[in-house]
Amino acid sequence: MHLVINGQPQEVTCSRLDELVQSLHLDAKRLVAEINGEIVAREHFATTQLQENDKLELVHFVGGG
Amino acid sequence: MEDALILGAVTLNSRLFIGTGKYASDALIPAVIEASGAEVVTVALRRVGMQQEGVMDHIPENVRLLPNTSGARTAEEAVRLARLAKAAGCGDWVKIEVIADTRHLLPDGYETCKATEILAKEGFTVLPYINPDLYVARSLISAGAACVMPLAAPIGTNRGLQTKEMIGILIEELDTPVIVDAGLGRPSQACEAMEMGAAACLVNTAIASADDPVTMARAFHLAVRAGRESFLAGAGLVRDSSLAEASSPLTGFLQ
Repeated sequence: MHLVINGQPQEVTCSRLDELVQSLHLDAKRLVAEINGEIVAREHFATTQLQENDKLELVHFVGGG
Repeated sequence: MEDALILGAVTLNSRLFIGTGKYASDALIPAVIEASGAEVVTVALRRVGMQQEGVMDHIPENVRLLPNTSGARTAEEAVRLARLAKAAGCGDWVKIEVIADTRHLLPDGYETCKATEILAKEGFTVLPYINPDLYVARSLISAGAACVMPLAAPIGTNRGLQTKEMIGILIEELDTPVIVDAGLGRPSQACEAMEMGAAACLVNTAIASADDPVTMARAFHLAVRAGRESFLAGAGLVRDSSLAEASSPLTGFLQ
């Protein structure tokens, strides 16, 4: 499936958000996800189906002032 | 609690907030937070997989996170970042920072007001970063800001209280806490801001860029406390005349 993840076009084989997060070796506890501009609550990662051409933003907290 | 700072629904004992950016190693952050006594620490939100590692592993659970909206150039972008930060599950505090000017990194008061109004209505505790402008500050307070955070000098410059007079006006005119943010480079400058009546100081670069950040964090902690106590004590008058006034009784020797 074709997705745009953080601005980068990518082909992925998983169909759910939690699978994608796992395949990218990311820690879901530290992550916020947005699909096509809509925030997905962490408890919904496992029930969120990815669709062809979805635009995902995966963000986390970094050091800042 | 004695001399607590109340922001939103939260009571704070420490009047030093610290940032978590620019450390040579993020592994220093826990010791810096402890030495600073800070109960509020700022973080930024960025895409994963970019240069920066996540910082949360280095932040103790007992401190309150203050996510900033750095990177936002408009109110709309700041609101989006604030909502994303809230979705991370670390509370509803947000430091609104809207900057379109990449040269001086000065905050856009108009966009900051728009974002503050939207987010305050959504229940966020909004701490807006501003130029020390009385009218912008008043608009923000009307819009629901929990405090105002005027800059002492441009971000990251360590240049100290360049805007001292304007910050003094905010402190004099506003009933809302004035938290001095950005540009404080030395503990003595934070002390001076507190002595003037600032409610708190937010410091990042001055600590992160010190040779010994942990010791500098403690120095800021002590300076902020000293300045606050001095403010509460009410400093004595400065005499206009250059003539001295004896501190000891002026009677003659043993007479």
